[in-house]
Amino acid sequence: MNILSLFVLIPVLTITGIVLIKDMRQVKIVASIGMGLQLLLSALLIFLYVSARHAGDTAEMLFIKDIVWFKSLNIHYAVGVDGISVAMIGLTSIVVFAGIFASWELEFLTKEFFISLILLATGVFGFFISIDLFTMFLFYELAVIPMYLLIGIWGSGPKEYSAMKLTLMLMGASALILVGILGIHFNSAPDGGQMSFNILEISRIKIPMKAQYIFFPLTFVGFGVLGALFPFHTWSPDGHSSAPTAVSMLHAGVLMKLGGYGAFRVAMFLMPEAAHELAWIFIILTTISVVYGAFSAIVQKDLKYINAYSSVSHCGLVLFAILMMNQTAMNGAIIQMISHGLMTALFFALIGMIYSRTHTRLINEMGGLMKVIPFLSVCYVIAGLASLGLPGFSGFVAEMTIFAGAFQHPDLFHRIMTIIAITSIVITAVYILRVIAILLLGPATNEHYEHLTDAKWYEKVSTITLISFIVFIGLAPFWLSSMIRGSLQPIISKILALNPF
Amino acid sequence: MNTGVPLIYFLILAAIMFFAGVYGFLTRRNLITILMSVELILNSVNINFVAYNRYLYPHKLEGFFFSLFVIAVAASEAAVAIAIIINIYRRFTTINVEDVDTMRY
Amino acid sequence: MVTFTYTVWILLIPFLMFILLGLAGHKLKPKLSGLLGTSGLAVITALSYITAYLYFFQTEKIDGAFQKIIAYNATWLQLTDDLHIDIGVLIDPISVMMLIVITTVSFMVHIYSLGYMKGEKGFERYYAFLSLFSFSMLGLVLSTNIFEMYIFWELVGISSYLLIGFYYQKPSAVKASKKAFIVTRFADMGFLIGILILSFNTKTLDFITLTDPAGPAIAQGSGISFMGLSVMTWSMIFVYMGGVGKSAMFPFHIWLPDAMEGPTPVSALIHAATMVVAGVYLVARMFPIYALAAPAALDVVAYVGAFSSLFAAVIACTQTDIKRVLAYSTISQIGYMMLALGVSGYGGHEGLGYMASMFHLFTHAMFKALLFLGAGAIIHAVHSNYMNDMGGLRKYLPITHITFLIACLTISGIPPFSGFFSKDEILAAAFSHNKILFAIEYAVAGITAFYMFRLYFNIFWGEDTRYEHTPHEAPVTMTIPLIVLAIGAAVSGIIPFNKLVTSDSKAFESEIEWGIAVPSVLIGLLGIGIAYIFYGKKSSLPDRLAATFKYTYKWAYNKFYIDEIYLFITKKIIFRYISEPVAWFDRHIVDGTMNAIATVTQAVSFRIRGFQSGQLQKYVYVFISGAILLAVIFIYLWH
Repeated sequence: MNILSLFVLIPVLTITGIVLIKDMRQVKIVASIGMGLQLLLSALLIFLYVSARHAGDTAEMLFIKDIVWFKSLNIHYAVGVDGISVAMIGLTSIVVFAGIFASWELEFLTKEFFISLILLATGVFGFFISIDLFTMFLFYELAVIPMYLLIGIWGSGPKEYSAMKLTLMLMGASALILVGILGIHFNSAPDGGQMSFNILEISRIKIPMKAQYIFFPLTFVGFGVLGALFPFHTWSPDGHSSAPTAVSMLHAGVLMKLGGYGAFRVAMFLMPEAAHELAWIFIILTTISVVYGAFSAIVQKDLKYINAYSSVSHCGLVLFAILMMNQTAMNGAIIQMISHGLMTALFFALIGMIYSRTHTRLINEMGGLMKVIPFLSVCYVIAGLASLGLPGFSGFVAEMTIFAGAFQHPDLFHRIMTIIAITSIVITAVYILRVIAILLLGPATNEHYEHLTDAKWYEKVSTITLISFIVFIGLAPFWLSSMIRGSLQPIISKILALNPF
Repeated sequence: MNTGVPLIYFLILAAIMFFAGVYGFLTRRNLITILMSVELILNSVNINFVAYNRYLYPHKLEGFFFSLFVIAVAASEAAVAIAIIINIYRRFTTINVEDVDTMRY
Repeated sequence: MVTFTYTVWILLIPFLMFILLGLAGHKLKPKLSGLLGTSGLAVITALSYITAYLYFFQTEKIDGAFQKIIAYNATWLQLTDDLHIDIGVLIDPISVMMLIVITTVSFMVHIYSLGYMKGEKGFERYYAFLSLFSFSMLGLVLSTNIFEMYIFWELVGISSYLLIGFYYQKPSAVKASKKAFIVTRFADMGFLIGILILSFNTKTLDFITLTDPAGPAIAQGSGISFMGLSVMTWSMIFVYMGGVGKSAMFPFHIWLPDAMEGPTPVSALIHAATMVVAGVYLVARMFPIYALAAPAALDVVAYVGAFSSLFAAVIACTQTDIKRVLAYSTISQIGYMMLALGVSGYGGHEGLGYMASMFHLFTHAMFKALLFLGAGAIIHAVHSNYMNDMGGLRKYLPITHITFLIACLTISGIPPFSGFFSKDEILAAAFSHNKILFAIEYAVAGITAFYMFRLYFNIFWGEDTRYEHTPHEAPVTMTIPLIVLAIGAAVSGIIPFNKLVTSDSKAFESEIEWGIAVPSVLIGLLGIGIAYIFYGKKSSLPDRLAATFKYTYKWAYNKFYIDEIYLFITKKIIFRYISEPVAWFDRHIVDGTMNAIATVTQAVSFRIRGFQSGQLQKYVYVFISGAILLAVIFIYLWH
């Protein structure tokens, strides 16, 4: 059995287990065991990957498994990982694990909830391991569909509206992606011969420029919608604010990363020539995302909205860095995905926990929580500091790599855009500290809060898992960075051949 | 080879029966009459089958068999349709087709 | 050859202490946490003094210059092939000098806090933050490359934030901490941009390569120009922006007075002696680039420093909160240091200003920490920050009184105290470079003496205010640091900085220039005299004077309304005219477009749903018409 297929198999088995169980309390236990196994498995995968690289394996992708699935269309079930996918898999398993514990208190339709949640995770894992465009798309759809149910059923506020909006926008995006993928497929054999869906095979040939000009924007925008590219980001604030805690975590933490990863793996990797020509348009859009998201976050009143806009800003930075088309910036983009995934999951977990105590998410109605729930408040401060890019946390590593890389671009336009993007670090500080000051510090505003209880054990598991990884990456970024750097070599050499600096 | 009635007579008869059936189907409001119109249409098709078989491929029997199938299906269809009509009557206390429009937007 | 590898522990010990106290502090007894923190700092203080001794007296010089020694260096993050962030320890004259300053003051503050913070809630948290601060500040000065410095630069920022907001239930403290962080963060953005421009043009982050006067970095950077200035000048101006923020120079000075909301020992350590001089240290660290490749940026440094020193000194004369007076005095004194760097040249006697700046940094750390700790003792005794609530305290607080007096004399530049020596060098350097700046600093020397003694007379002389509780001298843990620092402030003037800490690390000869020293002492004495006349006895003179210059006084009292301007920019412009429109735009235009698409789709489907009438016969009618139509098409029109 290929180790990568286990990443899809374990969630499926977990779902089967949950279906068979009668006792509602055991559902959570089975789910957490399954996802715990998954976490261990990703640790094992990282270990195997790093040791294989150390042993001198220079193949572009490792652990490749290729099974013909649909012969006449040349669709394969093909899996394989490089450093980037390994990192993303690690992120996903951490966030899912933390998400299970964050939804420990869920009482309503518990079984169905966990089934949908893990189904979503299955899709995400499958997406990251696939190297066949069609399989990848399939898993992508698998991840989007349960989202509708999760928000529509277990959400809060205008949940039907948000769920519908989110699903429709993402479906629209996946239509673009499908067109893009098919376009790539039908142009994958410009000199005749078998057309392919395999990413590795396609990356070796050059797709005709005419096709690239059409399909690069389609694919990039398609994945960009998921990565909250301005102006297609509006599903994100509504979706996040209506979604239940674990779903927000998974959504902002992982699902939005599908966008960044897809934009990198499909749009940039397969069509670097068009990317190089058209990048400037998207650089302008992403720069707008970065600054605009941050400015919007300043005046929001709902904790989840603040975070959603902050995600727009941070994910904008991911796409921004990918478009810079050099090794350092792309490396930064991947680290930023992981870092943002972890800290935004932490944020949403904490918001959910605070909400379950105070029953409001409006910051003006709360105050002085530091005194009554110190553990959660300290975690919130840590998440905030990580988000504003403080050294010692992962956010700093990611942002600095991005800025340093982007600024090495020989073109003045790119550097000016970088400077504009850098201003976001100040704006981020403003809204993060504003929330911390209003929400946590100062005197307690409500005597009813005196009786709030601090974190339960499962909440601690959830937050401590996330924090420890944030701090770990923040203190020792070199291993992650070098793991990703190596995997960027193929695309970088393609770009260098295109444009020798 | 055939010296009797020309084929075209059968076809005209079938066409008249068919359009009489369609007309009945469109204009009648009573479900039973509609069902009868459907029978007319089916039987016009039967006539066509039989006539073509006889005139074009006299050595083969597919047309006859097919019309037998149609008769059998029509019989069972009539049974099912009448059952449905009875249920509709119980539900709506009418068999006027215009009053049965629950399946709309 | 002496090895300095052990200096890694200077960074590790406070870091580990922070982790220990931060994670397990609440389980320990408060007193134990305090003692742990203090003893950790005692160890690194000892290590620092050993390092200083070994470096200045045991390490061989090459060509008469102290060598820059990399004691430890490890790649932390590889950025590009050329650029990498290292975490390491760089030993050279200024970093060793800063080690002494930081550990001494920090150690004193740790001891002092044992008494001052006794019984406060969150005692262990306080010590954890202090350890974090010590770690980051030491890391900042020991950095081997500019990005490492930026990392620690941010970390001191956050420790400052945490410590200013230590009393987190006090809204004013929360506000002040937020303000401090955001203002310095804004400045740090400039620093970051400066670093990026610098690294783009020189392809290195390493201090030794960057600041090598004959090295490639300086040669490369000065060639390329952008908008009339060389890129080196641009990058150095941006880097200096970071320094301006951290050192609270005009126009980013607004956070420092508010930062006095933090516990007083913190003000002494962070907002007087160490963190706020990081900007000076930064310029000193990059000094060869400023002097050789970006002289225009160096002029900016000089003028910003001079203006800030005058500006802050004027404000200091009108404030009544004693900690705020000291805060403005800090701004003013740092202005001095900046000015000294700005008027300095590179190498030999040309580098007098550089040496003077470092010298003043050293003496200032001693006497300003002393002033703040003294202020802390006073506040501890009378439970108020306002000098109107004080008076005649010299009877009650004898030790505090003497040490405070020494500090006031030192800052006023009265011999034989250390401030005299360092200030004299600065004035001499300014005199030989720029007469206007010299004149400004000359005036500031007088104003400084005036406002310091205004403070002194108001607190310790004058009428005995009726106190609710009789003020009593501080406990011994608080007085010992006062005495130690007083000795330091008094005698550190004899340290031969011209032999130890110079712009090119080579010793040069310098003497006290009496032609400048004597008038400066006289103007200091004049300031003290005026202060005595005004405040030594009860007198209506100050009030009458304030009434005569009503508007000037009002402007100075309100800090020239700089805070209001900032508030206007942030609240009105950024919040109301940027953020709210952006948020509105997002909700109504961008999101509205999406909703509009949905609405249009819905409207269209309402229109066409009439086809689904539920009328069976209509369906059949359409069906049959369609079938006939198709039949007609196929039969007659297809050919």
